[in-house]
Amino acid sequence: MTGCRSTPVLKERGQREVFCGLTGIIWLHRKMQDAFFLVVGSRTCAHLLQSAAGVMIFAEPRFGTAILEEKDLAGMADANTELDREVARLLARRPDIRQLFLVGSCPSEVIKLDLSRAAERLSALHGPAVRVLNFSGSGIETTFTQGEDACLAAMVPALRETDATELLLVGALPDVVEDQALELLARIGISPVRCLPARRAEHDPAIGPNTRFALTQPFLGDTHAALIRRGAQPIVAPFPFGAEGTTLWLKAVAAAFGISPETVDDVVAAPRARAEKAVAAAAQTLRGKSIFFMPDSQLEIPLARFLTRECGMRAIEIGTPYLHTDLHGPELDLIAAGPTISEGQDVDLQLDRVRAARPDLTVCGLGLANPLEGEGLSTKWAIELVFTPVHFYEQAGDLAALFARPLRRRAILRGQHPNLLEAAE
Amino acid sequence: MKLAVWTYEGPPHVGAMRVATGMRGLHMVLHAPQGDTYADLLFTMIERRDHRPPVSHTTFQARDLGADTAGLFMQSCRDAYTRFRPQALMVAASCTAELIQDDPGGLAETMGLPVPVIPLELPSYQRKENFGCDEALLQLCRVLARPVARTDRVTCNILGPTALGFRHRDDLAEITGLLSELGIEVNVAAPMGASPTDIARLGAAHFNVLLYPETAESAARWCEKEFGQPYTKTIPIGANATRAFIAEVRALSGSTLPVDETRLRQPWWAASVDSTYLTGKRVFVFGDGTHVMAAAKVARDEMGFEVCGMGCYNREQARPLRALAKEFGLEALITDDYLEVENAIEDAAPEMILGTQMERHIGKRLGIPCAVISAPVHVQDFPARYSPQMGFEGANVLFDTWVHPLVMGLEEHLLTMFRDDFEFHDAAGPSHHGAKAQLHEQGAPAVQTAAADGGSMPPEDVPAPATAPAPAAPDNVIWLTCAERELKKIPFFVRGKARRNTEKYATDKGLHEISVDTLYEAKAHYAR
Repeated sequence: MTGCRSTPVLKERGQREVFCGLTGIIWLHRKMQDAFFLVVGSRTCAHLLQSAAGVMIFAEPRFGTAILEEKDLAGMADANTELDREVARLLARRPDIRQLFLVGSCPSEVIKLDLSRAAERLSALHGPAVRVLNFSGSGIETTFTQGEDACLAAMVPALRETDATELLLVGALPDVVEDQALELLARIGISPVRCLPARRAEHDPAIGPNTRFALTQPFLGDTHAALIRRGAQPIVAPFPFGAEGTTLWLKAVAAAFGISPETVDDVVAAPRARAEKAVAAAAQTLRGKSIFFMPDSQLEIPLARFLTRECGMRAIEIGTPYLHTDLHGPELDLIAAGPTISEGQDVDLQLDRVRAARPDLTVCGLGLANPLEGEGLSTKWAIELVFTPVHFYEQAGDLAALFARPLRRRAILRGQHPNLLEAAE
Repeated sequence: MKLAVWTYEGPPHVGAMRVATGMRGLHMVLHAPQGDTYADLLFTMIERRDHRPPVSHTTFQARDLGADTAGLFMQSCRDAYTRFRPQALMVAASCTAELIQDDPGGLAETMGLPVPVIPLELPSYQRKENFGCDEALLQLCRVLARPVARTDRVTCNILGPTALGFRHRDDLAEITGLLSELGIEVNVAAPMGASPTDIARLGAAHFNVLLYPETAESAARWCEKEFGQPYTKTIPIGANATRAFIAEVRALSGSTLPVDETRLRQPWWAASVDSTYLTGKRVFVFGDGTHVMAAAKVARDEMGFEVCGMGCYNREQARPLRALAKEFGLEALITDDYLEVENAIEDAAPEMILGTQMERHIGKRLGIPCAVISAPVHVQDFPARYSPQMGFEGANVLFDTWVHPLVMGLEEHLLTMFRDDFEFHDAAGPSHHGAKAQLHEQGAPAVQTAAADGGSMPPEDVPAPATAPAPAAPDNVIWLTCAERELKKIPFFVRGKARRNTEKYATDKGLHEISVDTLYEAKAHYAR
């Protein structure tokens, strides 16, 4: 079988129907329990953050926006003085905060507000109790999940140095999933294992030339590069989605620690069988159905691999906002040639292709889902894929079920859907 | 620079999008970076629209900034015109594009597009969403509306309803029906449902009905000046205001046709004895100025509530709201700082909040029931059923919506009589609500406060922040343990008021300690 690695990539640019990197704050601020994310931006940034999640998390959030006003732009106020004042007020109100991220936005980038200097200054002022870092989540530089990448990459230079031979897991996983992964790795014989990001600043990993790191998310290209710059050694593998992906990922990690694939097979036999069984149940709905991925989270390529190989779906187009060949190569090798691989987006042209192909399922952002449903096409909101535990064996069935649910729902409501009455024949 | 946790209003370009999305045959090109398309989901998810908003985003990126963002904008305009063939094109910049100063309006005008171009100036760093609505409609009128002959029969325009408005869809239907009973046809309703050609013939109406000053007052004033069309000043929310609105419309139109009030049930529902328990319930009203002013009057005059606080987040309405608050013996709270509103509500300790989506969450946090009366709202406030706020049906809806969060009358009495029943205690919440009651351990006193209970909010996984509800007594007043225990026996829906009244009473009397006697003396003092 030939994979998709050599398939020519359709590169498009035009209107992109995607979130900017600020959106990552929605899950990062729950993951890092002593961190606060202060966006330096506009009212639009604040409005995005409260709208993007689709739910408002009204427990007092550990994020906020320092909204730039006319006087900040007109130079009547020194933006840095203003920022220092807001940060001081914030930290006084939230003495539990240990890490403060100053998050750049489109407006702060355009007016060239230097947040790295601001972070240095504020670290000196509020350290060592509070560490102040900065990254950009601006839409002119980052797409959706790239915000997490920018955040983690910004943390790397500040990590302590170590010579210890350790495994580092990179990517913000739901706590339950992270615990499962650590348990599996321990049973395979790999320990200690550190995580980036850690749940609290005091548990931040140390890194060095003997650190081996494995990404758990496919969108962490800059973090990957930053870790290599610190001397850490990457483990490149398919990502741990589905039974197959999880097994391949674990075997690659094990190999880096001199542990045989047979040992992995022995340890994972039971959870792997459970995962295969659970996936098979959802695959009954998915088998033979076609799927179209609009670019969104960079999870598209690994998920297409999972859905085509383990669930029997047929991919028509796999769109990704950014194709990182080094990271996605092993995934592309596994996807049978056939689908269009596209990078970037011109949303109107891509929607024309969706309408022409009429896929059984389209994976897209929230702005497109109901309009496509309105045209009688089933959709899966992409954002759910980053808000739901989907990694490793115990979640493989849930991951498949996320894609099966819209199809099952459509079948239940057949004859009811106002836009499907003609299509129902 | 101002720190915001949550915002009541989006940026002005979102307001312009609400106007464009409400209309037909209009397309908007927004000069904006990647990510600003998030606003699409407000319409497709929260309002459940089955079409994309008619808005093209230029999606410029960092690498475009040194190059030709103006060219990108013009290309987007051409592409949008070719693909969508709109009757008119509205162009604007989002906050970031405003900084790069490409002048979308100027660029679009030089392009020689075969349709009218409506350029918008939206100062993102000064103004907000409502301004964006108001300004977009005004500019549409300026560019498109032409003097035309009046219709032979008396007609009016309805101005204000937009996409994503709180119950705009149903208010428009209700008021259109009411006007029809009065024999008045609607010439154009705008922006919702109107096309650019409809905007062109606004001048044919004899007068305008302004439903939402927040979104359309500038357009109404402009039409008054340009076309000599008077506009209505009464907002028909509540039975009284609807009757006043009818009188105003009769004066403007000369209509003498009767209006059928048989479907107005709210006055009898409020007068019937079951509603006695609503008397003097203390409510805090917060939202946009128009809805707050209307709700405050309905709360006092038609429901028999006591309004214990009111305020709005849109400064544009500060003056009339302050005046009304004064009439109520209150000081209006004018702020868009969510935390300030939370503090004010905590201080006022109302028995119910009439607010926005934000206050619903403040209510959850403080254990105070809340009914939503104003934008911003969430998906559950776009109901499938017909549910206007305006007109006679709107008055019925207000009664139902405002009573629903409360504990029912007889239940309230029983809770007062048997406070510590292990399965029927006040923290269990109103019995007609679905949430599972939490049983107290048998024999244990029902001392858990509703605030600590947290309503249906997800539990926080960090220590309570500094703003956690712990109403502090004035510095020089101490609650004795026995009095504190007695206070906790008071049902939660009046506990806040009892605490506040007792502390005020103690302060006024110069007492430094609150005993059980003080508690009951205060109760007698404030008896009504």
